[in-house]
Amino acid sequence: MEIFQQIINGISVGSIYALIALGYTMVYGIVKLINFAHGDVFMLGAFIGFYSITALHLGLIPALLLSMILTALIGVIIERVAYKRLRNSPRISALITAIGVSLFIEYGTIYVRGAQPEAYPGNALPDMVLNLFGLTLNADALFILGVSILLMILLQYIVHRTKVGKAMRAVSHDAETARLMGINVDTTISVTFAIGSSLAGAAGVIFGLYYTKIDPLMGIIPGLKAFVAAVLGGIGSIPGAMAGGMLLGLVETFVSAAGFSLWRDAAAFVILILILIFKPSGLFGQNVKEKV
Amino acid sequence: MKIGNRSFWLFFLASILLYAVFQVLINMGVLDLYYSNLLINIGINIMLAVSLHLIIGITGQFSIGHAGFLAVGAYTSAIITMKMGLPFEIAILVGGIAAMLAGLVVGIPSLRLKGDYLAIATLGFGEIVRIFFLNIDYVGGAAGMQVTHMTNWTYVFLGTLITVLVVRNFTESTHGRACIAIRENEIAAEAMGIPITYYKVLAFAIGAFFAGIAGALYAHNFYVIQPVNFGFLKSFDILIFVVLGGLGSLSGAVISATFLTLVSTFLQQYPETRMILYSLVLVLVMLYRPQGLMGTKEITDFFSFRKPEKEVGRG
Repeated sequence: MEIFQQIINGISVGSIYALIALGYTMVYGIVKLINFAHGDVFMLGAFIGFYSITALHLGLIPALLLSMILTALIGVIIERVAYKRLRNSPRISALITAIGVSLFIEYGTIYVRGAQPEAYPGNALPDMVLNLFGLTLNADALFILGVSILLMILLQYIVHRTKVGKAMRAVSHDAETARLMGINVDTTISVTFAIGSSLAGAAGVIFGLYYTKIDPLMGIIPGLKAFVAAVLGGIGSIPGAMAGGMLLGLVETFVSAAGFSLWRDAAAFVILILILIFKPSGLFGQNVKEKV
Repeated sequence: MKIGNRSFWLFFLASILLYAVFQVLINMGVLDLYYSNLLINIGINIMLAVSLHLIIGITGQFSIGHAGFLAVGAYTSAIITMKMGLPFEIAILVGGIAAMLAGLVVGIPSLRLKGDYLAIATLGFGEIVRIFFLNIDYVGGAAGMQVTHMTNWTYVFLGTLITVLVVRNFTESTHGRACIAIRENEIAAEAMGIPITYYKVLAFAIGAFFAGIAGALYAHNFYVIQPVNFGFLKSFDILIFVVLGGLGSLSGAVISATFLTLVSTFLQQYPETRMILYSLVLVLVMLYRPQGLMGTKEITDFFSFRKPEKEVGRG
């Protein structure tokens, strides 16, 4: 039974990573940029959720929605201000800009509200514990799973069944040809950033509920790990990001459960390096031939 | 710069003069502890910037885990002086060699990767090093390790001088040209018969070696070293020196390391403002001058009477 309990914990943590990883993978798929600021959008989402519950006295679901809407906006602004000009410049410039934007969001937040951590309101969810075949499922875990699964289904629907999803797939496949076919590439990229960022915002609120502590630098490590998850699943692949996130959550939970909790963060990076060396395309990725 | 020609002797004289002036100022007490410490920090940051410049600016390998090599050098040298009681000079050398070995360990497998993937792999390496030292009780874990203050201006000056000289001479040699060829176009370089893996690993090892030496000096400039000093913010700090100065410009790296160390020392009371300024500068430079302030030009290009070479476009 112990092992099933760990699996449930791992999936809860993993679905947070998966939500962040989806944003990474979508943005990478479409503009080939590691959006380092993505982890900080996640942090902003957590704070927006926090303030809308404590200061605006919103319920959990409205707070989650507000956080998603605002982070979507922030994502689009970041793209328009910082990344748009760099679409045709060397990849290194774009990567450094992303690092700059990330530092700016982190320290801007510290400048505005100070570096002190904040405790997430514990009464946002009812204290409900569900006993199922000897496993304990509390309300947090159920909420995390419910929201993540819902969002992932929604994302799958948007990407595969709607017009904008079709445009996104086309642009990610070949932006130039897509433009010739009459697709508005700029709008499509903005939509991608909006969707990815709102998923990160939702992940931020969920993270706050699960770990109960948020601070302005909290986006760094989960952001990096979510990137690891995206690479693990094959960057650019949406099912890959989900699977990668879940897998990473499970590995971390098992490393902790085995008594190596201090090495938990290292495990993610070891996996990253191993994956990059042995299967750079990731579990679900396609091999891309190099062009001269 | 060949030994014996005019520019060599000019450089030689200038460096002795630079060393002597500051040494006299320190001995006379004109530069108090605060300013001599600032001087030492500038030297260490120049070493770090120049060693990373060799990897990113010359060879074009986008590595953002330089703080990992710094940490390896710092901890190795601290173990040698504090736990084994050996002299500082040996500690500096062994610190450099340990970092070089780390560079080989990282370099050989991860140099199959390119661009973004290499960046993220080196970032992961830096974090692994930090977490490793965090969890080893022998070096004090999170509380850190006590180190005696041994670094002085002479050591730092020599270290900086040797780093700059080696990197400059390497760049001007056949090997350096091969590295630049790899930076400009890896596939074309390979087609021309340049063993690209060999040169990438070589650049990595040399860069790591000097970062390790900088680490030994860094460790013995404080009274305690902690894993938290070697997080990837430190890597980004070093990266910013190189990027701001110009990717591919040695003097750019030296100038921006000096300038930014001064700025950040004076902004020490306002760490948030410092980081906000840093990040804004980084984004603005990338948006409006992606090749960095100096591009691939060297400071000597501005003083020579010959027509300056046309700046090579980078891609």
